[in-house]
Amino acid sequence: MNSDKEIRHYWVLRDFSRCSGCRLCEVVCSLKHEGKIWPEVSRIRVMELFPGINIPVLCDQCSDYPCIKSCPTNALSVDNKTGAVIVDESKCNGCGVCIESCPAKALKLHPAKGKVIVCDLCGGSPRCVEVCSTLGFNALRLVTKYADIAKAYAIDPMRIHKLVMEKLMGG
Amino acid sequence: MYGYWNKFIDVDLTTSRVKVVSFDEDILKKFIGGRGLGVWVLWRELGKVWEVIDPLGPENLLLVLTGPLTGFYPGAKVCVTGKSPQSNGVVGSTLSTELAIELRTAGYDGIIIRGSADKPTYLLIVNDRVELRDAKDIWGLGSRETINYIMNKIYPEIRKDLGPCNVPGYIYVGPAGERLVRTAAVMSKLTHAAGYGGYGAVMGSKKLKAIIVKGTGPLPEVANKDELVIKLKELWRTLSRRSGLKEWGTTPGIYNVGYETSSEPIKNWREEWHDRKELMISNFECGVWIKKFWSDFGCPTACMKLSKVIKDGKVFITDGPDYEMGAYLGTNLGVFDVKGLTYLSALADELGLDGINTGNVMGFVAELFEKGILSKDDLGFELRWGDVDAFAKLMEMITFREGIGDLLAEGTYRAALKLSKAKGVDVTKYAVHVKGIAVGAHGVRSGSDYPRSFSYATSVQGGDHTSIASIPIEEGELRDIFYDSAIVCMFNFIDFNKLIEFYNVVTGAGLTPDRWFKELGLRILHLQRALLLISGPDIYWDPRIHDDNPERFYEPLPTGPCLGKSLSRDEVRECVRKYYELVGYDEFGIPKSDVLKSLGLDDVDEKLNDVRARVKSSQVN
Repeated sequence: MNSDKEIRHYWVLRDFSRCSGCRLCEVVCSLKHEGKIWPEVSRIRVMELFPGINIPVLCDQCSDYPCIKSCPTNALSVDNKTGAVIVDESKCNGCGVCIESCPAKALKLHPAKGKVIVCDLCGGSPRCVEVCSTLGFNALRLVTKYADIAKAYAIDPMRIHKLVMEKLMGG
Repeated sequence: MYGYWNKFIDVDLTTSRVKVVSFDEDILKKFIGGRGLGVWVLWRELGKVWEVIDPLGPENLLLVLTGPLTGFYPGAKVCVTGKSPQSNGVVGSTLSTELAIELRTAGYDGIIIRGSADKPTYLLIVNDRVELRDAKDIWGLGSRETINYIMNKIYPEIRKDLGPCNVPGYIYVGPAGERLVRTAAVMSKLTHAAGYGGYGAVMGSKKLKAIIVKGTGPLPEVANKDELVIKLKELWRTLSRRSGLKEWGTTPGIYNVGYETSSEPIKNWREEWHDRKELMISNFECGVWIKKFWSDFGCPTACMKLSKVIKDGKVFITDGPDYEMGAYLGTNLGVFDVKGLTYLSALADELGLDGINTGNVMGFVAELFEKGILSKDDLGFELRWGDVDAFAKLMEMITFREGIGDLLAEGTYRAALKLSKAKGVDVTKYAVHVKGIAVGAHGVRSGSDYPRSFSYATSVQGGDHTSIASIPIEEGELRDIFYDSAIVCMFNFIDFNKLIEFYNVVTGAGLTPDRWFKELGLRILHLQRALLLISGPDIYWDPRIHDDNPERFYEPLPTGPCLGKSLSRDEVRECVRKYYELVGYDEFGIPKSDVLKSLGLDDVDEKLNDVRARVKSSQVN
């Protein structure tokens, strides 16, 4: 069962019913990547379109990498160790084509730099997963990647929101 | 200064003028933010004419302020304040909302709202763009529809402008605030309310339906970032290991505060003890909770639980209900069933009512009905303890000011004054309030709960159970003022010295707890006390009469292990006197001249001469 690829490549699995919406994942992510508390540059975001329905959104690690394929300047590549998407800021021109290509709507532009930002799995030990575990919510867990399943979760957060809302609140 | 942008949006709704203002650094150091800064702004702007300012007139200010710890300390809140239409003083009413973090990431520390719009308006802030917009599409809507409008209409528009950003933060008023109901709250996130003070009515009086904010920047620079991160990690670990609030919120209190400490309001506070096992926590968890962990930004405590009840085929959502809602919309109305009180809590949320002050006035009315002072003719229906549908109807009548609801919408004390006149019988003795503010659901007769016998009597925020007078004074409202100014959620508080250290790490101000208690905190307390005593225009407070408990608390408890216990007037009077001495009020309860002068409040001292003359000339037995 365990091919090399499955062992090496990771995926952050999200449990929507356990997410409290505390957004400390955003705090630690922005501290790690920008050295500041700055929710909008966090590579993970928790969307609360309706009170109490908290949907964490981050790169779902699609094996077919539509974002990389779409990039006209070859600014995106795969990290060999983790399988995460890596951005070469010197090549990214902020055109936003990759953002459009992402089925999970997980990519965005850095509001100050104008370059695309995406989860890099912190090189293999994601801070968001760590803090979620410390807090005991365990809404985020790092698992080895099952390619087909991972892709199944890479859908529009608005759709996930609608499904979770219907399930919990009955519409 | 570290920890601030020192930028405040100043909006005049009468003229549609918008500007950005700053304060002297010295003012930020002295008054911190939130409640403290609010009190200072109100004194500076309205102090000289405080007694003639109608809280529901265009001359009042509505302040929505963050503090230097907003976004840093776990749990993001704003403080909503202004001249209170309940107390005619100032109440620092805090509210957990993502508007706090959005405001800070948009580059501001607060919003000052003046005047009154000529038509329903909402305020939209997207980074440096500040717009006043026509609210005709949302005026009249309840909580749920208002939120849906923000997320379905305004959020997509912001995304179009900024790209794929996260949702905006927002506060709003429901139909109750729009109709200037004095028990209306400023709301956020369906179930979150700045209830004490009645600022929903102030926002409604300005025809301001909502404030919606989106920021995409970072938080302000801090004095010592490395130390901040260390302290944050320590706090996250500590807070997440406390299992009580996280697992059950405050909901267990709905049974336990009654059963264990005999201090829960039952039937308009006639009783404070019960053993209704159907209200034990498992009934909530198994019966109405659909989600166990729900937090606001940055909060590991997750004290909220999401609940659902279906009533007549309609889905009602609320949290917990938390203890205060469960007590005031449950036991205080004789409602001892989980689904019934959860429904009433959800209805209050939907209408934009503060459940504490509204549950208080409804309990008062139910008692008058039982006593025969109010009849079926007065109400239009029978109002019996425990009748959920009748209380739901009454809540709607208050919200829409229909029938007797118009009178009750003035809040318990004002309604009691008017009813006493109309019925020719003194009903103020059944009004369980202090200075126009409903007493929080923690009674003082049993002596087993946290407030003391004089805690509400002489607090600058009246019945507010989150700002209580205490001896030693370091354990009461002086401490609460720091929470509400910095701004820190009480439920995330661990240790005062550590909290001051945290504040210093963010701001670099070098504050000591001693200086807070002896100078900064005391200054804010005295200023807030001064404004409360100036009061007016419809009601004036005389400390010798009004620095006291509701009459009910002098009646003996009729049931439970504390059977027969009541407050002693002499003991309360003695504690109040001692409290005056410790904080620096004179024998009339008025801040002393020399204390005010030593705090640099000479102009306040001068203004208080009016109050001194009024109080000394009135005859009190």
